[in-house]
Amino acid sequence: MEYLLESNHLCKKFGSLMALQDINLRITRGKIIGLLGPNGSGKSTLIKIINGLMTPSSGELTVNGRTPGVETKKIVSYLPERTYLNEWMKVYELLDYFEDFYEDFRRERAEQMLSNLRISIDDKLKNMSKGTKEKVQLILVMSRDADLYVLDEPIGGVDPAARDYILKTIIGNYNENATVLLSTHLISDIENILDEVIFLQYGQIRFHRSVDEIRSQEGKSIDQLFREVYRC
Amino acid sequence: MAWNLDADRPIYLQLMEKIRTDIISGVYQPGDKVPTVRELAAEASVNPNTMQKALTELERIGLLYSQRTSGRFVTEDEEMMKDTRESIAMEQIQSFLKGMKQLGFEKEEILDMIRDMKED
Repeated sequence: MEYLLESNHLCKKFGSLMALQDINLRITRGKIIGLLGPNGSGKSTLIKIINGLMTPSSGELTVNGRTPGVETKKIVSYLPERTYLNEWMKVYELLDYFEDFYEDFRRERAEQMLSNLRISIDDKLKNMSKGTKEKVQLILVMSRDADLYVLDEPIGGVDPAARDYILKTIIGNYNENATVLLSTHLISDIENILDEVIFLQYGQIRFHRSVDEIRSQEGKSIDQLFREVYRC
Repeated sequence: MAWNLDADRPIYLQLMEKIRTDIISGVYQPGDKVPTVRELAAEASVNPNTMQKALTELERIGLLYSQRTSGRFVTEDEEMMKDTRESIAMEQIQSFLKGMKQLGFEKEEILDMIRDMKED
């Protein structure tokens, strides 16, 4: 069986700091997976390696059997923690930009979601609130027919109502051949949409389990378990 | 509006219970088509795979049946509906009795209290 995402003995060092240590991951299609862990546990480093923005110090990571690069970027849709979009651009220019860049971009889908949220395609990114900007970015990312969606803190900066909309957007747009990997601190808000969780700690995988299994075996929510595992 | 789910029990079980209650209380009538997995998952704000699991379980126990191309439907088996209604009632009574026992009441006392209670 071929995994959508696989890593073997993946390590990343920054000087003497081990940011990731012996990460062995097997991720299949059709899942929504939470990448959880406190600050500095290695979430962003792992996400950057998946997207080819950093390379491993040792070990390997593959997406659909390939090392991250031009080919994998065609099938991975990535929402970074910080925006990389040009502030002066209008929404329709961003749509053009995505359409140029990605063969799998579905413009009608993006336009539909924008109109549901009453965001005008003539608006400039610069003039939008932080929450609206985040929604626009998520819409762009979720409007691709990708195999893997990697969302770094997709609900961090938005209010609870917008959070609900974003979660519904994630549920509604991924298909059973795709997988969504998302990192967040706001576990209680998202745990009902997760199939599996990966807990990272000090650059290592603490565990990788199914959410229903945790609930039935431990009798507690992911949020409660998180607070116990990472108690300060 | 997302469905209200407890934090400490498997989600699919709670989804099953909610849909089962909707069937018994007539939100979905016998023979009605139920919404798709995706629609229900979005309504409940849960993972579609989890919703799928809940619907599959409801099919397995016979409350729903699926027709290959046209979707999932509520059973028209009246016996089945009656049994389900009774089993929900039993669950309610058991949890009520458990609570009353914790307060130190015996069965006879509880029955008296119920009889003496004024209808509102």
